[in-house]
Amino acid sequence: MSKDSAIVAHTISVLVANEPGILARVVGLFSGRGYNIESLTVAETNAKESQSRITIVTKGTPMIIEQIKAQLDRLVPVYRVRDLTVEGPHIERELALVKVKGVGEKRVEALRLADVFRAKVIDAKSDSFVFEVTGNTDKVQTFIGLMEGLGLVDVVRTGIVAMSRGGEAL
Amino acid sequence: MLKPEEPATTGADLLVKALIDEEVEVVFGYPGGAVLPIYDSLFKQNRLRHILVRHEQAAVHAAEGYARSTGKVGVVLVTSGPGATNAVTGLTDALMDSIPIVCLTGQVPTHLIGNDAFQEADTTGITRPCTKHNYLVKAVGDLARSVHEAFYVARSGRPGPVVIDLPKDVLMNKHEYVAPPKVAVTHKSYRPQTQPDPKKIEQAVEMIANAKRPVFYAGGGIINAGPKASKLLTQLVHLTGYPVTNTLMGLGSFPASDKQFLGMLGMHGTYEANLAMHGCDVMINIGARFDDRITGNLTKFSPGSKKIHVDIDPSSINKNVHVDLAIVGDAGIVLEELLKVWKAKQPKVDQKALKAWWAEIETWRARNCLAYKPNKQVIKPQYALERLYHHIKDKDHYITTEVGQHQMWAAQFLKFEQPNRWMTSGGLGTMGYGFPAALGVQIAHPEALVIDVAGEASILMNIQELSTAAQYRLPVKIFVLNNHYMGMVRQWQELLHGGRYSESYSESLPDFVKVADAFGAKGLRCDDPAKLDDTIKEMIELKHPVIVDVIVDEKENCFPMIPSGAAHNEMLLGPDDKQSAKVSEEGMVLV
Repeated sequence: MSKDSAIVAHTISVLVANEPGILARVVGLFSGRGYNIESLTVAETNAKESQSRITIVTKGTPMIIEQIKAQLDRLVPVYRVRDLTVEGPHIERELALVKVKGVGEKRVEALRLADVFRAKVIDAKSDSFVFEVTGNTDKVQTFIGLMEGLGLVDVVRTGIVAMSRGGEAL
Repeated sequence: MLKPEEPATTGADLLVKALIDEEVEVVFGYPGGAVLPIYDSLFKQNRLRHILVRHEQAAVHAAEGYARSTGKVGVVLVTSGPGATNAVTGLTDALMDSIPIVCLTGQVPTHLIGNDAFQEADTTGITRPCTKHNYLVKAVGDLARSVHEAFYVARSGRPGPVVIDLPKDVLMNKHEYVAPPKVAVTHKSYRPQTQPDPKKIEQAVEMIANAKRPVFYAGGGIINAGPKASKLLTQLVHLTGYPVTNTLMGLGSFPASDKQFLGMLGMHGTYEANLAMHGCDVMINIGARFDDRITGNLTKFSPGSKKIHVDIDPSSINKNVHVDLAIVGDAGIVLEELLKVWKAKQPKVDQKALKAWWAEIETWRARNCLAYKPNKQVIKPQYALERLYHHIKDKDHYITTEVGQHQMWAAQFLKFEQPNRWMTSGGLGTMGYGFPAALGVQIAHPEALVIDVAGEASILMNIQELSTAAQYRLPVKIFVLNNHYMGMVRQWQELLHGGRYSESYSESLPDFVKVADAFGAKGLRCDDPAKLDDTIKEMIELKHPVIVDVIVDEKENCFPMIPSGAAHNEMLLGPDDKQSAKVSEEGMVLV
């Protein structure tokens, strides 16, 4: 596969005006133009300026990624679009809540692994735990994988939030 | 009695005031329950003229015609629910062709939104993908500001349609007026880039100057940048001595009679324009977007050229075609800068190479690719347009078209010497566009000769507007090339589907002369080449809306043609050019 047609994942930060319909605009752009969304998170980050920050992980050829960024930047309520993947080192985190049901040795093993992954117990019943695990996607994925054999019953994930390293703001 | 400090203006009155402050003169619309307060405000004033259309789609097309022929923002006013949904085709059309439109839609009162109320539709939801931006005004205090912002968004950057959805209670509540900002608006998040990067201008001049086989490829962006941009393009083309071709949307940005003009390029463009694009070494794209009708097969598109792309919309760059130098900016400003640098540097163009290039182009031009077989018995559509052009060329005229074969023939056979004279649905390809667009043009230019070149199928899509034409005494001329077929569909069925003319025959056509008569317009018919000139003269002389039913050759096809999936150098020049007419499987899938 040539360099131009290789599909790569990019993490894109979008600073937007927090106004009704903004998420629909962003999501509609992706579905309408046939782009992929691997992960999407959004929340208000600056209440005074009424700004929200969206983190999108998307996949595509370099030409498609360039298009995605240009199309996002074209939306009227979008302040800034930054491709964290190409703009230098950045950190990514996601959070998952993982519910595990079981008793006896499995329950103990789950707790032990949670400790290894620095997952917190945030709910406990005599036959269940809810763990909160934070980390990059790999770590979260691995933890969930391990829990599958130990009575995993439910998972919820936030999707990725990301930020560049160093002192610069978006 | 209102207390003096109490704001005395209803939302509807504020809206009308805001429109007047935005220098709106005409609104194209259709009333309904949700917009009754606006119609009441319109009734009480005489600054804004309202043109009552007969279908909301036509209101948008009329506003497009008005906008495209004047450079101003076209304004539409429709009611909630069906009023808004009927406008969707027009909005999409305006989005695709970058036409500045502000469309005001009524909405049910805010407390009923989401309740499936009578004539409720999620207008901002429905129009989100077919507008440049849209607003739902939830409080009367936001109304005036939203209107001013909408006009700014519609006309700045790459122009486009903007919807303002207005719930009825917002129109009836009272608030003080907010005037438009005196200085240029600076939007908090929307900042289109109009000024090009000076370094890139230098690079562009160098690339242009060093070209051996150059071609200018100029599009609708030049028209949108204002008439001055067309003058600057003409200057630059003359200064360099290079050939220039126009896209469908760009026709008129360079004078068609100029010897450096190669005609339109693309699927039904001229042989010389397409071969120049294919064989060039430097392509200078100004305000065009490498549309699939232009490029044909992308993998074979202009393989040996360095490409410069000037566009105000960064998302147009590297979308379809990878370019070597991208300049983001307003076409007019970029042209001005290019000229400035060119004049300062006085670069030496390789005249020998240029002469050889022109000699090659002249051999292509000598093929006379628009030639057709004249006929004394039946009117050839090309002949009809040649005669039409002969009779209108010295008159102040504007042309609109519907969509199909007649549109392509009009683009090929009518010559455009100035910008803003040619209104056609390029991107969306909307049948039914031309007639209402012509009404909008005629409103803007009451004394001009406005002609809608139509097909018998397209014209039926908005024929009800004859009533609008009659009401406002708009002397628009509808020049129907009646071949009893949806001609372009039939042509593709002939080329791609074994001549199985599935549903493309125009069965049960009305008598267009009687239709005209029924609406209070004039109807003329001509089926004899010998009488065509007289018919056209009569049409021009009539001070009424006129339908001319020109019965033309049923089987005529539109050539030259780049079959889908083919490259610029694989054109079909005419009906006898059959051996290369094999369309690949891949091409079949394309439209």
